[in-house]
Amino acid sequence: MMVRKRKNLFLSAFLLCFLLLLAGCSNGNDAAITPKTEPESESRPDEDDIVIGISQVGSESDWRMMNTKAYMDTFTEEKGYYLIFEDGQQKQENQVKALRKFILKDVDYIVLAPIVETGWDAVLKEAQDAGIPVIIVDRNVSVEDESLYICRVGSDLMQEGRNAGEWLADYLESRGRRNEKINIVTLQGTPGSTAQIGRTSGFAEVMEKHANWNMLEYQSGDFTQAKAYEVMEYFLDTYDDIDVVISENDNMTFGAIEAIKEAGLKLGKNGDIMIISFDAVRDALLLVQKGEIMADFECNPIIAPLVEETIQKLERGEPVEKVQYIDETYFDYRMDIETLLESREY
Amino acid sequence: MDSVKKITKMKLFLPIFSMILVMMINVIYDIASGNAPFGFFSISINNGILYGRLIDILNRGSEVAILAIGMTLVVSASAGTDISVGSVMSLSGGLCCMLLAGYGVTNVSNYAVPLWVGMLAGIAIACVCGLFNGFLVAYMNIQPMVATLILWSAGRAIGLLLCNSNIVYVRVPSFQFFGAYCGIIPTPIIIAAVCVAIASVVLKSTALGTYIQSVGINKRASRISGFNSAKIILLCYVICGLCAGIAGLVATCRIYSADTNNIGLNMELDAILAVALGGNSLGGGKFNLAGSIIGAYTIQAITTTLYALGVSSAQAPVFKAIVVILIVVIQSQPVKDYFKKLSAKKAVAKEVA
Repeated sequence: MMVRKRKNLFLSAFLLCFLLLLAGCSNGNDAAITPKTEPESESRPDEDDIVIGISQVGSESDWRMMNTKAYMDTFTEEKGYYLIFEDGQQKQENQVKALRKFILKDVDYIVLAPIVETGWDAVLKEAQDAGIPVIIVDRNVSVEDESLYICRVGSDLMQEGRNAGEWLADYLESRGRRNEKINIVTLQGTPGSTAQIGRTSGFAEVMEKHANWNMLEYQSGDFTQAKAYEVMEYFLDTYDDIDVVISENDNMTFGAIEAIKEAGLKLGKNGDIMIISFDAVRDALLLVQKGEIMADFECNPIIAPLVEETIQKLERGEPVEKVQYIDETYFDYRMDIETLLESREY
Repeated sequence: MDSVKKITKMKLFLPIFSMILVMMINVIYDIASGNAPFGFFSISINNGILYGRLIDILNRGSEVAILAIGMTLVVSASAGTDISVGSVMSLSGGLCCMLLAGYGVTNVSNYAVPLWVGMLAGIAIACVCGLFNGFLVAYMNIQPMVATLILWSAGRAIGLLLCNSNIVYVRVPSFQFFGAYCGIIPTPIIIAAVCVAIASVVLKSTALGTYIQSVGINKRASRISGFNSAKIILLCYVICGLCAGIAGLVATCRIYSADTNNIGLNMELDAILAVALGGNSLGGGKFNLAGSIIGAYTIQAITTTLYALGVSSAQAPVFKAIVVILIVVIQSQPVKDYFKKLSAKKAVAKEVA
């Protein structure tokens, strides 16, 4: 009996240690993850500071980190801003909580980068009742009453899709393949996401003008590398003659490239398959440089300056446009990527 | 007639039957759409590696097959399921990549620590998770689902913390090897085969399998007859954790990165389903490992079939659910009883005639 008791004691101690370890982990890292949470005690906003609450999705990718950093760099205390930053850790409920916190603190502006499009009506209504203007950035929200937010600032994803289509048309023209039948497959993003809808429909618009383009199939790769790899494997098993792969983000492109290489096919202008990708993260641009990705359409993470401009306009009482798009560019294998990368921070 | 009866009475008949059913859908579809009728089964060597739908299924099904080993034992011993395996996969992959890349680094082409250290740490943390689950279930008498719910939610989150909420890329060929090809065969297939082989040898050559089943059938009676029931249950959970760790590393090596948000997502459900499809009772007791493994590949076959049928991935879960319902209903006791009655009636009719 004695032995048994001691054993239980040992096990309990083990359990306790494990839990402490977990707790320790989370405490230790919190500071590291959240770029700059509100400094509780050191500084309070001055009387005339513009207080801005930002609810960010998370920090899941380089793109997102760059996006966050741009806010930090733009809304500095020297310029008279006081920033409260909340990381949503990929959860809508965290973002809703953050918004409620901003409302309680009575900030001057709320900037929301929504993780999903739906489910924002209630909390946006609360913000409106409190008289706090909300600026939606990056992804879109779908709410019944569009007056719940002041404006949306972000990428024109449909234009990105259109640009990709037009690039392909120009390219085929220049290679004398204008009337040749071109087989295309699309690796779509998560169905229903802003990026998926925009990029798919933008490209489809251009495709309609080209009778020789044949879209074999749309299949979702969920924006992840693993899923795209699997779907690309399936595409290659099913169709013998794929000319172009449209991959709606860079992560999926990495998976697709893997699958294509394993099947023994060649990428690039003289190869069997051409890939067109979106996002233009650094790793993908290196592949553009190598010629494995034909063209990559940027999704610009530096939204902050346009948000600042909007806030300044609102401060002066000027009207702002409901939807504002940031400038975006693209990269293709013919450009001098190396030089371009030097001047690019991400 | 007798031989047919013999076959249908076999333990593995229904799992294999379901597998064949899924494959038949492909054959029918191929014929209907005018392709080669057995295109689904064709295997070729392209670019020095094996190629074909069957290979895809075996390759993609590896993780679930590995998970199914551990899940079968857990279900058998504790009459409950370990719902934390998907999260533990992600945690083990996350820790491994974090160590290999160094904390806070998101993209490396050189190891920060030797490969085996990272791999071992990944597997070790998964075993610790198993130990934690097992302790709660076996010694604290917490219901398995509730006990494993803790790591189901925390495991992935710890993984995210370890990776600083980033996707950590480890671009080293020897790391990618475990998710790519070993000669002409995909490495995950080999890893899964080795795991299954080891598990079946251990269960066959030792009395462990019998112990587990007897604990599952009646915990108290087993304890009275001299087994340490709690220890056996604990062991099952540790094995389940180990399997989750291995599966996690395979999934991580496939994409040579720790995508902690997505690795093993919802895979616990596939693993539990594999056990159920394998003809095992989720109420514990007797188990059939081979059935679970076949179940695991059946699930993957369904997924691959849905691609082939051109079902968009947004709607795929609906079709998957329909197929699963059919398979589970076929295996359920009332349906079995009905067929038994039917054949008995036939036999009587024959005798009368």
